[in-house]
Parts: sequence; structure tokens; C-alpha cells
Amino acid sequence: MKRKLVKGNEAVAMGAMDAGCKYYFGYPITPQNEIPEYLSQELPKIGGVFLQAESEIAAINMVLGAGASGVRAMTSSSSPGISLKQEGISYMAGSEVPGVIVNISRSSPGLGGISASQGDYWQAVKGGGHGDYHVIVLAPDSVQELYALTARAFDYADIYRNPVMVLGDAVLGQMKEPLLRELPPPMELPPKDWALTGRKGGRPQNVIKSLYLDDGELEKHIWKLVEKYERVKKETVLYETKEIEDADLILVAFGTAARICKTSQKMARDLGLRVGLIRPISLYPFPEEVLRSTSETTKKYLVVELNAGQMLEDVRLAVGPGAEVSFHGRPCGAGSLPKPNEILEKIKSVYGSFPKPTDMERGNSHETRV
Amino acid sequence: MKLVFDHPKSLKDTPSHFCPGCHHGLIQRLVAEAIDHYELQDTCIGVASVGCSVFMYNYFDVDVVEAPHGRAPAVATGVKRVHPDKIVFSIQGDGDLAAIGTAEIIHTANRGENITIIFVNNTTYGMTGGQMAPTTLLGQVTTTSPYGRDFQQDGYPIRMAEMLATLEGSAYVARVAVDKPANLMKAKKSIREAFRMQKEGMGFSFVEVLSSCPTDWKMSPGDACKRVEEEMIPYFPLGVYKEREIADHL
Repeated sequence: MKRKLVKGNEAVAMGAMDAGCKYYFGYPITPQNEIPEYLSQELPKIGGVFLQAESEIAAINMVLGAGASGVRAMTSSSSPGISLKQEGISYMAGSEVPGVIVNISRSSPGLGGISASQGDYWQAVKGGGHGDYHVIVLAPDSVQELYALTARAFDYADIYRNPVMVLGDAVLGQMKEPLLRELPPPMELPPKDWALTGRKGGRPQNVIKSLYLDDGELEKHIWKLVEKYERVKKETVLYETKEIEDADLILVAFGTAARICKTSQKMARDLGLRVGLIRPISLYPFPEEVLRSTSETTKKYLVVELNAGQMLEDVRLAVGPGAEVSFHGRPCGAGSLPKPNEILEKIKSVYGSFPKPTDMERGNSHETRV
Repeated sequence: MKLVFDHPKSLKDTPSHFCPGCHHGLIQRLVAEAIDHYELQDTCIGVASVGCSVFMYNYFDVDVVEAPHGRAPAVATGVKRVHPDKIVFSIQGDGDLAAIGTAEIIHTANRGENITIIFVNNTTYGMTGGQMAPTTLLGQVTTTSPYGRDFQQDGYPIRMAEMLATLEGSAYVARVAVDKPANLMKAKKSIREAFRMQKEGMGFSFVEVLSSCPTDWKMSPGDACKRVEEEMIPYFPLGVYKEREIADHL
């Protein structure tokens, strides 16, 4: 198969279609419009459904209805639209309806801006809507991964009967890279005997709901969900590492921030600094174990995010005692993507053998000791 | 001997949670009778809305998915797009359909989504304890309009059937009542017609049913029926507002 130059958002749409998703419901918002535009053209050709809903809220509820009916269904949006979808995502998690939500996130809060940001980390990994639940969150850092992880998201959604979010950003969605349109290895999927099909042949009714009013009923349901999340944590942790074995300092970053950090990490090695990198790919479940185990030998971590410090909290919780966790963040708006050199300077300043930066140089960074 | 009256097959034989004198049970029965009439029980998928209607799955012996407040038409759209050959319906109250779910119902109708919505209008939020609804009549006292609904403060009671009838996508729009036997028979006919429309792929079908809520109205069931006739029907006239004869796509 040949590689083709493909835009990130289109790779998402291709990944979904190749994974067998024939149902898309969405609402326009920048910077993810190529996803619905591509699917509005391609889905009708294969007998699928592309529906432009009246709102983000309606779109996610159509996904709920389609997912409950037993098919692979998805929606996509960007930060403000994802906020609107949280109601439906909570219902999907509560009533165990599979579905895929793609967030090509942009700068926030409020209307924010249309440039890349990682400000939706907390919303994505800590629940987002009301209640005790989790969404599986996958964070690609390339066009190839946008394709592969979107496809994989449908497998996870079906296996765990849970909504799965692909968290990209404006840079990833809008850039073009060579794409090899090859699916990840297939996974074993459970039958959807719970789905709405009409009581075929008079089988007992299937009910998909999240309302539990009898004594003890809801608590039991939540513990059942928690057991599922424990299984998710054992089975779906994904991350990438670079030169962590001998590292004195490990960079921790995901998505676009990780792409920039990869350059900075190489630059640091060229200078003779033993710097490694951990890139969480699944943000929920968070790759806690690799952070904990590396912290037995590595004492310094530098978290880099396109926000004011969100994943930072999860890194702090994951590393062992005595590890020092520093942070470099650029809460993004137009023109505020950090350059590799900027991160290299930060690496030097926390690495140890370089002089501590002055307050002025520290700029919008801050350091934290665990 | 000929059996002339029986429990509808698609309705479970189970005690209901509805208050004494509430019309919801009657409306459910009419829906079940329509489902049975066309033998749709095994091809039917219900969408439970939020409010007194949420326990639909305890009563109807069909597949059911629960929707968030106001979103039943959107959820039903998702179901129907996957199963165009199935009959998809929801029973929604006035808070659900005419307030929080206004966008969903209007656009679902406007898309001509081939589903059936039964709209129970009792001029109040029944399940939450009798607050003011978008359909609450002027002067009506509720727990959140303690001085009576005032148009300067709260606007006017909204007429959904009339509004939806203006949309090209609507195939069948009617308003009925179940306050007395003559109206009940008309209601039965309308609800059956709505399901027939869907069965024949005519487009969006909608029946608004004026309903009593004796508990929240603080009335006896008899007085509540009288209120439907004397106060509700004059403001919400009964009748068929839209009836498509040939599907748009034909």
C-alpha cells in the first residue's frame, strides 16, 4: 500500500470509515470541519448516514441512539462543542452505549480561539459531564495516529461498551503528513446482544437506561462501571518512550506538545544531557506504571503542555517519592506554540548542571517539587 | 363467545406509578393498542423521555432506550437512521418537548424524520412536582408561578401542534384529548393514524394529547377532566392540523 499525503482531520474520517463506522452525526465548528465534510461526501457512497444535526447536543444524542441500536457511530467537534456534548457522553457512559467522540481541540475557555490547545485535558480524562464515570481518551501525535487511534477507538468502545474520545488539536487536525491507510490488528469483539433491534422473534425486551431508583441499585451499577474501568486500566494503557533507560530527566508530554518535545529531547542528547521522553497515548487510562517505575532511577521530570498545567497533576500522582516534577506550559492562543529551543532552555535549567534560571527567564513556567 | 376487550399485548400487565386520575395511563394504552393493531410489538423501538413518561420500559414490552431531558427526538433519529425498517416512537411531556427539547422536536419534524411522537400536554411539570411549563395557561397557579402565569413575566402558553404543522417535514399533526369517551375514541384514531403514517414512510407524525394532572392541579379526577374541557380545549383546539396524503419522496 502506498502512503498518501493526507490532512489530519481527513485521516480521522478515513480511520472511522475503515473501522466500519457508517454513522456520523455532527455540527460544524472550526478546526475540525474537514471531518464532517469528508464524511458527508463518502458515507452516502457506502450506504452510510451523514447527518448534520441542529446542535452538538442533538448530534451526541443521535450517536447515543445509533450506538444503542448496535452500530459503530461517531461525532466530532472542537472544545466549545465538546462541552455541549458532555450531557450525552454522561448518559452514554451511564447506560453503557459505545460511541466515538473526536475532539480536535482549540483554545479556550469560552470562545477562546481556533488555534491548538491542550486545555481540554481535565475535561476529557476526569469525566467531563455529571457523575462517576470515565471516558477512554486516546491522544494521537501524528496524522498516522489520528487514523489508527480513531479506528482503535471503535474497538475499545465496543469491547467496554463505553464512549471513547480521540483528543487531537488544531495543529494535528490541520496538518498534512503521509498516511499509510492500514488498520491496526483486529481485536476480538463481544456480541451486541444488548442492542435495540426490536424484540426479534419475541425475545425479552432490551432496555438501555441510566436511571436506577431502587435502594442500592445505582450504587451497584456504579461499582460495576468501576470494575470495568479497572479492566480498562489493565488492558488499554498506551504510551511511547524515548531513551528513558539512562535518563536523568524525562520529558512528559502528549499530542502536539510531545512532537515538539521529541525535537528538544534530541537536541538535549546532542548536548550530552541524558534526557528521555514519555508520551502518554492513552490519557485515560493514564500510563502511571511507567512513570512510577522510571522514577526509581530518574529523579527529574519535565511536563510540557499547551495549557497552564493539567496532566502535570497526574504525573505528580504517578511518580514515586523524591522525584522532582517541573512544568513548562503555554496555554495556547494564536502564536504561542513553544519552539524546541524554548523547551531545551527549560530542560537545561532543571537538569542540574546548568545555572538556575532567573525569575525573568522562568517566564510562564513554574517548578513543583513532589 | 367473542372477546371484545382485553389487555393490549404490547403493554405489560403491571401496576403503574401514575397518580389516580392521571391521563397518562390511558394514553399509554392507546399507544399500545395502535402498536398491537398493526402488529408492531416485535419491530417497535421506544425512546423514553424524561418526566412521568420515563418508566416507559416498565410498561411497554418492547425494546427501549432512555434519552436525556428533551433529547428523545434526537435519540429516536439515531435509532431510526440505523433501523429505517423499525417503528420508532416516544412519549414526551410538555416540559421535555416544549421547553428543554424545543430545538430537537422542531428539527426532527423539519427533517421529516419518519418517527412518531406522542406529546402529553398537561400544562405542568408533573414529575418534578407541578412547576410552570411552557404550556401552563395564563393565570394558572403552579409552584413556580405562585401568582398565576403572567404573560409579561413568563410569556404565553405555547401551541406545539400548530407550530409543527407549519413545517414541511411533518406528515401528520393532530391534537386530541382523553377527557371523555367521545374524545378518547378520536384520540385512539389519531394515534393509530400516526403509527400508520410511520409504517407507510410518510414522514414525521405527532399527536398532542391534552392530559390531566389531578395531583399537581390539586383537583379531583372529575374536576381535572372538566378543566381539560373548559380551560384547555378552548386555548388548545382539538383537530388534525396536518395530514399528508402522499409521501414527499413518492
